[in-house]
Amino acid sequence: MLDAVALMILGTGALVAISGALLGTFLVLRGESMSGDAISHAIVLGIVLAWMLTGARAGLVPVAGAVLAGVGAVFGAQALARSKLLGQDAATGIVFPAMFALGVLLINLNARNLHLDIDTVLLGEIGFVWLNTVVIFGIDWPVAGVTLAAVGALNVAVVALFWKEWKIAAFDPGLASALGLRPGAMGFLLLALTAATAVAAFDAVGVVLFLAFLIVPAVTGRLVAASVGGMLAVALVSGLAAVGIGYAAAFRADVSLGGGMALATGLGLVLALVASPRSGVVAAWVRRRALREEGLVAVLIAHLAAHEGTAEEAEESGPAALVEHLGWRAAQAQTVVAAALDRGVIRREGERLSLTEAGRALARAEVRRNDRRRALAD
Amino acid sequence: MLSPTLITVALAAAMIGALAGVLGSFLVLRGQSLLGDVIAHASLPGVVAAFLISGGRGFFAILAGALIAGALAGLSVQALRRGAGVKPDAALGVVLSLFFAAGVVLLTLAQTRGGSAGLTVFLFGQAASVLRADLVPMALVGGGVLVVLALLWKEFQFLAFDPEGARAQGLPVARLEVLLTLLIAVTIVLGLTLAGVVLMVALLIAPAVAARQWVRGLAPMVWLAALFGALAGTGGAVISAIGQGVATGPVMVLAAVALAALSLLLAPERGILARRNRQAQARKSLRGRQVLAALGGLGADHANPGYAGDQAMLDAYLGADAGPVLARLQREGYVRPVALAPEPGARRWELTEAGRQRLEAPDA
Repeated sequence: MLDAVALMILGTGALVAISGALLGTFLVLRGESMSGDAISHAIVLGIVLAWMLTGARAGLVPVAGAVLAGVGAVFGAQALARSKLLGQDAATGIVFPAMFALGVLLINLNARNLHLDIDTVLLGEIGFVWLNTVVIFGIDWPVAGVTLAAVGALNVAVVALFWKEWKIAAFDPGLASALGLRPGAMGFLLLALTAATAVAAFDAVGVVLFLAFLIVPAVTGRLVAASVGGMLAVALVSGLAAVGIGYAAAFRADVSLGGGMALATGLGLVLALVASPRSGVVAAWVRRRALREEGLVAVLIAHLAAHEGTAEEAEESGPAALVEHLGWRAAQAQTVVAAALDRGVIRREGERLSLTEAGRALARAEVRRNDRRRALAD
Repeated sequence: MLSPTLITVALAAAMIGALAGVLGSFLVLRGQSLLGDVIAHASLPGVVAAFLISGGRGFFAILAGALIAGALAGLSVQALRRGAGVKPDAALGVVLSLFFAAGVVLLTLAQTRGGSAGLTVFLFGQAASVLRADLVPMALVGGGVLVVLALLWKEFQFLAFDPEGARAQGLPVARLEVLLTLLIAVTIVLGLTLAGVVLMVALLIAPAVAARQWVRGLAPMVWLAALFGALAGTGGAVISAIGQGVATGPVMVLAAVALAALSLLLAPERGILARRNRQAQARKSLRGRQVLAALGGLGADHANPGYAGDQAMLDAYLGADAGPVLARLQREGYVRPVALAPEPGARRWELTEAGRQRLEAPDA
C-alpha cells in the first residue's frame, strides 16, 4: 500500500502539517486565526494578478504576488478599521471576500489561458501531487512537495531564530516594543510567512483546507499544553497524525484525500476537548466532583460538630440522621462518609460517627470564618 | 434581452440581496461579521448531506440540511468559547475549517453518484441554477424571517446596541441571540445558490456597512441596507447572466463592495472625503486666526493698533508661506496690504476694522 505515490502524498501532507503547526501556534497565540482565513483567500488574487502582469505561473513571482496580496488584505482591513467607520470584523469580512471575488472573476475570464481551476484553488487535490514531479538526485519528487519543503525550511529557520522574540510579542506586545523587539515587524513577518506557505500549500490542499492545518492543531496544542514549546509539540504531533489517519480513512472510503486529512485534524481537537488534563471535559468533571465532595464533607463535619456533646448526639451521628436531616440519598451519604474517613476527619464506631481531633479543628476554623463573615456583614 | 430566466434571476437576487442587507445590519452592529462567514462555509456539509439523503436538489431538503449544519456550526463556536475557553477568533477558524473539510469529503462522496455535478454551484453560486419554481418558496421563507424580525424588533434593537442593558432589563438575551443567529443562518442558506458559501459573508456585510455610513438609527440603516443589497444582487446577477461563464457570487460581491467603498468615501457626514474636507477647513480657519492674532500681537507690542506687519515675519511665525492665507484674508476683508516708501520690495500688512473685530470676537 505504501508505494511511491502514497509516500509522495503523505510527505506533502506532512510538510503542510509541519508548516501549519509552526505558524499556527503563533497566529493562535496572537489572536489572529482569522487573519489566516483572510490571507489564504486573498493570495488567489495575488497569484492571478502576478500571472496577468508577468505571465509567470510558477516560481518566485506568484509567491511574491501572493505574499503582497495576503499581507495587504490583513493590513488593509486593519487600516480600514482604524478609520472607525466600521469594525475590525466587518473590515475583514469585506476586504478578503472582495479580493477573493476579484481573483475568482479574473480566473473565470481567463479560464482558457490560465490553467487554474477555481475548484482546485478552493479544495486542492493532494491525490494528484505525483502527476507533477521534478528529478533531484535522480529521484522523482513532487513539485508541490519540493516547494513546501523549501517554505517549511524557511519557517523552521525563522521560528528558531526568533523563538524568544515571537513568544514575547505574542503574550506582551507592550513589553516586546519596550525591549526594542519591534512587535509590528514580527507580526508582519509572521503574516508574510503564512502567505508564502499558503501559496505553496494551496496546490496540494487548497486554501480552506490549509486553514484547517494552520489553526486546528495549534488550538489543540493550546488546550493541552501550558507552554509555547509544548503547544507547538502537540500541534506538530496532532497535525502529522491527522495526515496519516486522514489519508488511510479517505483512501479506504474513496473520498478527497486533502479533505480527509483536514477533517482528521478535528480528531486531535476532540480528543483534547475530552481528555486534556488542563481543560478537558473529563478533567473538569473530576475537578467538579472533588470540589463537590469537599463541600459535602464540610457539611458532615459541621453537622457532627453542632451536635457534639448535646443530648441528640447519639441520634444525630447515625447514618439515618444523614439521610433524614441533611436530605442526602443513602448512597450519597455512604460516599461522603467514606471520603471523610479517608481524610481522617471522622471515625466510626459501629453505627456512630464522631469527629477526630483534625475534624474538630476544621469545624472550629469554619465557625471562626463564619463569625468573621457575619461581623463583616454587620 | 429580458428573457424569463433573467427575470427569475433578477427577482431572486433582489430578494436575497435585500434580506442579506437586513440581517447583515445586525451582524455588523454586533461586531460578529465573521460569524456569518463561518456559518456560510459550514453549511456546505449540510447541503451535500441533504443531497445524499434526499437524492436530489429539492429546495426544502437543501435548505433544511444547510440550516442544520449552519446552526450546529454556530453552536459549536459558542461551545468552544464558553465551554473550553478557546479565543473567539480561534473558535471561528476551527469551526469554519473543520465543517468545510467535512463538506469537501462529502462532496467527493456525492460525486460518485449521478446528478451531483451541480453541487459545486454552491461553492461560488450560479445564477442560472435558480429555478422559477424556487422563487415562491424563497419568498415565503424570506418573508417568514422578516416577520419574526418585525415581531421582535424592539428586542433585537436592544440586543444590537446594548446587550448588557438588555440583560439588565430581564430580556432572555441568550435565547434571542440564538434566534437571531438562526435567522441569519436561514438568510445565508437562501443565498447559497446565488452567492456560494465562500462569498456569502460579503453580501451580508457590505450593504450593511454601506448603509451605516449614510444614516443613523437601526430602522433607516436596515431599510437602506436592504436597498443596497437588492441593487448589488440584481446588478451582479444580471451581469453574470449576460456574461458567459461568469460565476454569480463574485460579481454580486464586487457590486456590493463597490457600494460600500463609495459610501465609505462619499457619505456626507462620516465619509472619508467629508472628514478630510472638514479637517482642511478647520486647518484653514485656524491659520487665518493665527495670522490675525500675530498681526494684532505685533500691533500691541508696538503700542500701535494700526501697525503693519512684515510678511516675512508672518511667514516665520506661521512656519509656512503666509501668502495664500493673507490673500484669502484680504479677499474676506480682514487685512489690507500697505505700501511703505523706503522698502518697496517688502510687503507689509495691517488689520482692517473688520479684522480687529474678528480678532476680538470670541471663538466661533
